[in-house]
Amino acid sequence: MAIKIIRNFTKRIFSLFFKKRKDISLGFYGPPNAGKTSLANRICKDWTGEEIGKVSKIPHETRHVQFKEEVEIKYKEKSLKFKLIDTPGIATKIDYEDFMKMKLKKKEAQKRAKEATQGIVESIKWLDDVDAVVVILDSSKNPYSQVNVTIVGNLIARKIPVLIVANKIDLKKSDIKRIESAFPEYDVVGISAKTGKNMNEFYESVFKLSKKAKR
Amino acid sequence: MSKKSKKRGKKLKGLTLHFMPYGEISKLETVDRIKKLLKIILDNKVIVLQGRLRPEEESRLIEDTMIMVGNLKGFKGIELAVIEQEGNSGFFQKMKFGIAKALTGTQTALTIIGPATIVKEMKKDPKRLEVLMR
Repeated sequence: MAIKIIRNFTKRIFSLFFKKRKDISLGFYGPPNAGKTSLANRICKDWTGEEIGKVSKIPHETRHVQFKEEVEIKYKEKSLKFKLIDTPGIATKIDYEDFMKMKLKKKEAQKRAKEATQGIVESIKWLDDVDAVVVILDSSKNPYSQVNVTIVGNLIARKIPVLIVANKIDLKKSDIKRIESAFPEYDVVGISAKTGKNMNEFYESVFKLSKKAKR
Repeated sequence: MSKKSKKRGKKLKGLTLHFMPYGEISKLETVDRIKKLLKIILDNKVIVLQGRLRPEEESRLIEDTMIMVGNLKGFKGIELAVIEQEGNSGFFQKMKFGIAKALTGTQTALTIIGPATIVKEMKKDPKRLEVLMR
C-alpha cells in the first residue's frame, strides 16, 4: 500500500516537470452566420495552407464540429500552437421553411434543419472540452440576443477565458461600440474575416487569451 | 365576398401567458426544471418566470429544445429572453442587493420563454424587450 502511494506520488511529480504540455483547444462559438468558419478558414489557410470547412450565406452551413490540429500562428517573434475547433452556430429555433425561402428544395431544407439541430447539441456538448473560446458575433446585428448571453454566461461559469470578436466590420451597418457595450467586461476585437482587416490585432488578442487558458 | 368583409372576418388568436414564481422550480433538479418548462411550452403557452435559470441550465434548455425540434413534427424551437436589474448602480447598492438576494433568495430577473410557433422574435436591448407575436 505504502509502495503504491509513493509510486503514484513520484509519477505525479515526474509528469508535472517532464510531461509535454498539450496544445490548447481553441473553440469558435457564436450564433449562425456570424462568420466562425470564415474566420477559421482564414486562419487555417494562412498558417496551414488548408481551409477547415465550407461557408455559405444560408445559415447553418456548418452542421458538425470541425477540427484542425496543430495550427501554429507566429506574430511578433511569438508563436502559439493550438487545436482549432469550429462549431455549428447556436440557435434556439430551427425552421426548415426559412431554408426554403433561400431557394432550397423542401427535402433538402428538412435535411439541413435536422442536421442543424444535431449540430447545436454537439456544439453545446463541446463546451466541456475547450480551453479557451473565441465568441464571434456579427457586428452589423443586435448583440443582445439571449443566445449570445447564454454562450458567454456558460463560458464564465465554466471558467473558460473568452475573447469576443466583432466580425464583418467591412459592412456599413457594423457597430463595434454596441458589442463593447453589450459585453463591457470582455476583450472585444473588430475584424473582417472576409477581407482580412485587423487580423494582426486579432492574433495579438489570441496570444493574450492563450495565457489565461488552463491546460 | 367583398375584400372589406373578408378583413373583418379575420379571427383574433388567443395567447396564454403562464406566470411562474421561482418557487415552482427552485426545489427541482436541472433535468426536471427543463422538463417542466418544455411541457408548458409544448402546450403553446408563453412562460413568464420570476428569476432566471443558471447559464448551464439555459444551455441545457437549448440542447433539449433542439433534440425535440429534431424529433417532434411541427415544433420549431423557442424564443428566450431574460430581463435583469442593470449593473449601473453604485457599489453599496450592489452590495445591499447581493445581501438581500443571499438572505431571501429574491429573484429580480424575469425570464420569458415562448414556442417559436407563437413568438416570432424577442428583440432585446439594454432598455427594453419587445416580444413580437406571429
